Amino acid sequence: MQKFKNCLKNKQENFIVTFIFLAPSLLGFSVFYIIPFIVAGVYSFFDSSFGASFVALRNYMDLINNPVFRLAVKNTLVFTVISVPLSVFISLGLALILNGDVFFKSFFKTTFILPLAIPTASVALLWNMAFQNRGMVNGLLSRTALPTVNWFNSSWTIIVIVLMYIWKNAGYNMVLFLGGLNNIPKEYYEQAALEGAGKCWIFKNITLVYLTPVFFFVLIMSLLSSFKVFREVYLIAGVYPHESIYLLQHYMNNVFFTLDYQKLTSAAYLTAIFIYGLVYIILKLDKKFSQKIGI
Amino acid sequence: MVRSRFSAKLIKTVFLAVVSLFFLYPILYIFGASFMMPQEVTERIIAVKTGKSSQYISFDFIPDIFSIRQYKRILLNQATYLSMFWNSLKIVLPLVIGQVAVGSMAAYVFAKLKFPHREKIFFLYIITMLMPFQVTLVPNYLVMDYLGLLDNPLSLILPGIFSAFGVFLLRQFMTYIPDSCIDAARIDGAGLVRIFFYIVLPMVKHGIAALVILTFIEYWNMIEQPLLFLSDVQKQPLSTYLPVIGENDLEIAFAASFIYMLPVLLLFLYLEEDLVRGIQYSDIQ
Repeated sequence: MQKFKNCLKNKQENFIVTFIFLAPSLLGFSVFYIIPFIVAGVYSFFDSSFGASFVALRNYMDLINNPVFRLAVKNTLVFTVISVPLSVFISLGLALILNGDVFFKSFFKTTFILPLAIPTASVALLWNMAFQNRGMVNGLLSRTALPTVNWFNSSWTIIVIVLMYIWKNAGYNMVLFLGGLNNIPKEYYEQAALEGAGKCWIFKNITLVYLTPVFFFVLIMSLLSSFKVFREVYLIAGVYPHESIYLLQHYMNNVFFTLDYQKLTSAAYLTAIFIYGLVYIILKLDKKFSQKIGI
Repeated sequence: MVRSRFSAKLIKTVFLAVVSLFFLYPILYIFGASFMMPQEVTERIIAVKTGKSSQYISFDFIPDIFSIRQYKRILLNQATYLSMFWNSLKIVLPLVIGQVAVGSMAAYVFAKLKFPHREKIFFLYIITMLMPFQVTLVPNYLVMDYLGLLDNPLSLILPGIFSAFGVFLLRQFMTYIPDSCIDAARIDGAGLVRIFFYIVLPMVKHGIAALVILTFIEYWNMIEQPLLFLSDVQKQPLSTYLPVIGENDLEIAFAASFIYMLPVLLLFLYLEEDLVRGIQYSDIQ
């Protein structure tokens, strides 16, 4: 009987604590995230006239046929396709070197993570100076036989943004890779060395294989941050940058100021669906792969 | 053998040193240039920009004359700068504290207590975390309008406090606490609230430190939301001032930039290890 009472008391306590501890978060989260998300979804199916009528998928069709939206989608994809693999490989390279035998290891580690903590707004000015027509980079080019480049008003702009993206995000990915390298049991390497495996074989069959789950995660994080690069572009190149880096978020921001909410929410929803789709595919691939190597 | 290993180590170090120049240079430049005389900044940059000089902007950031005049001007004459700095603090500090409080409580429930649909609700949290904030921009704006929070710093603070990230990150840290720890405390008669304060929170203190620095960085740097939600310039945080500093106050831009990054820089150097751990624990799988 006593035991039963205790059990009842525990259950009650569990219920009360769950409720009190979760309520603030759940309430705020609903008001500021879930409800807006649902409202946005509903919005996208109505037109912008007074007394909004239901238009099913027309907003989406209009959007897909809109040349500016298409340009923004194309640019965003081009940026992602260039910057994500580049930053993943650079950060993997840095992690591998740092994981090996070098001097001043912790100094270098700090250096590569540092940009993560530096507010973009405070370095934007410097990037702007570096890539001015009479900026440092052109100064360097002018001393060689190479022609100087109009960095902000040509299709070269994307290189500036990609560099900025790598500067900002390589450290984050590197930290993830370092964590992954740390988690590979040392015995695997010892065993392989005992059996006379070569360095290349070990790298390919142990390091890379066991790093794969981290690799998938880095891929997801890089994709997400590549969709957030708008802030950097805005800071370096302004609201109306060169056509080649007019990104989805520029489009959405500009639509926001024209007050065409239906168009905006449709665009935002399409983006969200696209991102979820990509993340879903990556997670599926990851699961398949993990089962294959049995971890 | 020993010798070749040493030279390999040396080559790698030199390589990393060259790469680290790319990462460090912008920060070093700002630091160096913040000690230039305002006139020197003008000569070096403005003259080149406006075409008065045929030179290119130089990579060199060592001041000709070492001076703290830029800092003096900001701290003594630039009332707007200081009030914007203060605005930033007024937004970010309550936000970070609130996020840790709300996040740690909810994380405890998700990690250690059982209730119906726990996993499904948590999945919702993750979904919104992956979403670009433009998705909910308009409805968020309407919600703020409805609550009468437009043009009020609370319109930035509240969404920050209730962001899913804190719940997510701290839950990750808490799932590593063995259940046996909690069961042992239960047997000794400790209640769930007591366990939270005396066992769980101390065990995830590195997680909390990681959350503090990641949240601080994220919101210290926020630009889009204040521009949209705060129309009153007087209430804008510093992050919205720096992008336009190049247009009006270039002479003091470097000192202004450096003071702006200083809080995050110090926090980073102090909490670097926790930041690293926080990143490594943020795996969504």
